[in-house]
Amino acid sequence: MVNRNLKRLYTFLIFAFLYAPIIILIIYSFNDSKFRGDWSGFTLRWYAELFRDREVIRVLYYTFAIAITSSIISTVLGTVAAIGIHGMRGITKKSVLNLNYLPVLNPDIVTAVALMALFRMARLQFGFITLLLAHITFSVPYVVLSILPKLKQMNVHLAEAAMDLGATPMYALRKVVIPEIMPGIITGGLLAFTLSIDDFVISFFTTGHGISNLSIYIYSMARKGINPTINALSTLMFISLVALLLIINNRSEKSKKIIQERR
Amino acid sequence: MKLNRIGYPYLIWLGIFILIPLLLVTYFAFTTGDSQNFSTFSFSIENFEKFISPIYLGVLYRSVKLAFISTLICLVLGYPIALIISKEKPKIRNIMVLMLVIPMWMNFLLRTYAWLTLLGKNGILTKVLSFIGLEGVSLLYNDTAVLLGMVYNFLPFMVLPIFSVLTKMDNNLVEAAEDLGANRAEVFWKVIFPLSLPGVITGITMVFIPAVSTFVISGLLGGNKSTLIGNLIEQQFRYTGDWHFGSTMSIILMVFILASMALTSKFDKEKEGGGGGLW
Amino acid sequence: MKNKILIMLAMVLLLSVVATGCGGNEETINVYNWGDYIDPEVLDLFEEEYGVRVVYDTYATNEDLYVKMKQGGSSYDVVIPSDYMIERMIREDLLMEINMDNISMFEKIDDRFLNLDYDPDNSYSVPYMWGTVGIIYNTTMVDRPLTSWGDLWDEEFEGEIIMLNSQRDTLAVALKKLGYSMNTRDIGELEEARDELISQKPIVYAYLGDEVKDVIVGGEAAIAVVWSGDAMAMMDENPDLEYVIPSEGTNLWFDAMVIPANAQNPEAAEQFIDFMTRPEIAAMNADYIGYSSPVPEAVEMLDEEIQNSPVAYPSEEMLENTEVFKDPQDIISEYDRIWTEITSAQ
Repeated sequence: MVNRNLKRLYTFLIFAFLYAPIIILIIYSFNDSKFRGDWSGFTLRWYAELFRDREVIRVLYYTFAIAITSSIISTVLGTVAAIGIHGMRGITKKSVLNLNYLPVLNPDIVTAVALMALFRMARLQFGFITLLLAHITFSVPYVVLSILPKLKQMNVHLAEAAMDLGATPMYALRKVVIPEIMPGIITGGLLAFTLSIDDFVISFFTTGHGISNLSIYIYSMARKGINPTINALSTLMFISLVALLLIINNRSEKSKKIIQERR
Repeated sequence: MKLNRIGYPYLIWLGIFILIPLLLVTYFAFTTGDSQNFSTFSFSIENFEKFISPIYLGVLYRSVKLAFISTLICLVLGYPIALIISKEKPKIRNIMVLMLVIPMWMNFLLRTYAWLTLLGKNGILTKVLSFIGLEGVSLLYNDTAVLLGMVYNFLPFMVLPIFSVLTKMDNNLVEAAEDLGANRAEVFWKVIFPLSLPGVITGITMVFIPAVSTFVISGLLGGNKSTLIGNLIEQQFRYTGDWHFGSTMSIILMVFILASMALTSKFDKEKEGGGGGLW
Repeated sequence: MKNKILIMLAMVLLLSVVATGCGGNEETINVYNWGDYIDPEVLDLFEEEYGVRVVYDTYATNEDLYVKMKQGGSSYDVVIPSDYMIERMIREDLLMEINMDNISMFEKIDDRFLNLDYDPDNSYSVPYMWGTVGIIYNTTMVDRPLTSWGDLWDEEFEGEIIMLNSQRDTLAVALKKLGYSMNTRDIGELEEARDELISQKPIVYAYLGDEVKDVIVGGEAAIAVVWSGDAMAMMDENPDLEYVIPSEGTNLWFDAMVIPANAQNPEAAEQFIDFMTRPEIAAMNADYIGYSSPVPEAVEMLDEEIQNSPVAYPSEEMLENTEVFKDPQDIISEYDRIWTEITSAQ
């Protein structure tokens, strides 16, 4: 019994540790003072200002445009690549896997610098496209890595059986393989999206004028101190995310129930 | 099955966006000249010689030391929580995993920034400490604060892979060990922990790498009082504009990390499975 | 069901690409400025009046801007670097000469901000804001008036001092304390300044950029080296604060608008610069960001209190002892080495 309470306390402490800064951020989005140090009363003005601040709106737009586009492209690319890699053998497979591992193992800053060198060599105009390419580059390996284990778990004979029964490889892929590895694809896609939204280092080195994501914007606000509108924005993003998760959770539980009832 | 062919376009992608850029950085590392003008480059190992001096080696040592300590703390704090979560009922388990992931959806710069409010001299934590008699303890702008920032940001990276291995573990093994008369400590050290090793290694990797190369955490929470290798690289590319020396340090950092990973991966037999089961 | 999700995702993808792809044929200008260093309303007014869309973006340091400009791959029409960086950019042919005939408001600028060393013929730059570097301190936490840089080495203030996290500004403090020029090219003097800063390190609370404002306003530290405009903003929030220009002399700095050599739309850039120099606009902007405007007519439009503030608009006499930064040119790597030695000292 004591043991159980101890476990509860420990779990509580760890989660308190993880959530403390977030709660602070949310509280300070209602602070009337522009400065972090003092609390001068409750206000909603940062929320009002948020919707009038066109820079914040634009930054938000790019953050999501990049995150959505790059996570979709990298999920598709990663899925195809994972299926391909799964079918490879020997040294090819090994070297592709190792190459795929590089961006995961490499510190962000090294990847960032390397991509910057590449884009400059290619004389690309730094901006949306370079940022997008960079985000896809660092996301795909994670997608591949989250799908590979699912492919390994999959019954090898399923796709073969389908083809034996006359399915074309594409049809077998679509109807047999993809549904089997769907959980991996979804994890990979979500991971890519999260990585993209939160990325600072790589974006910072690979973007051009007029295109900033949230992290770059926050970082460059340094000269005047963090503006509480950003706290307000993060609070809204955070709350909508939690709401979204709750809805999804609720729904999947409902559908589970329906399935169970049918049975 | 001819499906392996569809992997080839990705090979080309890997070549262009991963291999070539790294070769370029390597090229920069072994040359000197005006970083902005390729025609002035000449081969040289000057940059490596420059790095082999007490200042730069000292910075590398400090970075590795801090990253090592923070990884250790993450492991000690993270393993129990992974174990606790893995033993919960599936429904509660999912919620708890979700709660581990949710903080990562808030911008990490902001989350780190928020620690300033908690740790500052008038911050809540300092007030709590002075209430229990620890007056005048400075929590911010020192190595402890940097360590805290690292642990805070990277703890979920340690918990998730360990959790993922633990949930997949065959419970019959534990029961069998118990039936054979092993006590709880023995069950843990002889059965559970060895089986969870792939997750532990993935966790160590996922924490150590970002910790050793960070420049944001050391800047924000360390008050720029002590430089880490990440800060030095950033400084070369952003302030000084010396791509060559910056590349040299990047390459050194990369080789260092790959070498240490190669060492640990000897323990990690399930490499192909994607880092021992983060997913 | 799954198909629907896929179609939806594809739509979102398409939309996001289309939305960025088409800015229309609207004329645009790319402005690159320090973070939070402009009144956003000013940008709206400009767009309305000239029908030119402003693509606005921000950076954190002069060096940041320099590296972005040097690295190529991006083109800006108006950027706002500081004095020594303008000098460096002119020397490296990164800037375009401005046709001052197109800047009708040029004559509104006070003569003392023109033809300065960084741009001797004033053919590349139009002043934006100016200020000094000094010490801000909390009178409730410091029981004597501070007057010199030397006070920052007083052990009485252990754990209360915040220095700037900036190579040039912080080395300048030590150089001034030692009685040297902050533009010294003597490595020996620089190394002396380094040792001075290393000896100060144990009593320093932190080396900060602009987080300093939060820390000082909140009373978490008593003393900091700051830029005058930031000092104005801080004193506005906390009346216990006092700003001094130390007796050894300090840095007088200027941020000016320039047009990069590879600008796509120099005509609109000149219009923008002209617009920003217009007194009522300059006043609006200075009022919003708290820094000091070089346009006297604009200053007259500000609150009396600000006009008479010795912090924002110090008298000539207070500025007697000041120096403007010069580009270190070839010894920049020495600066870098020395700064690394300071920051990595234990």
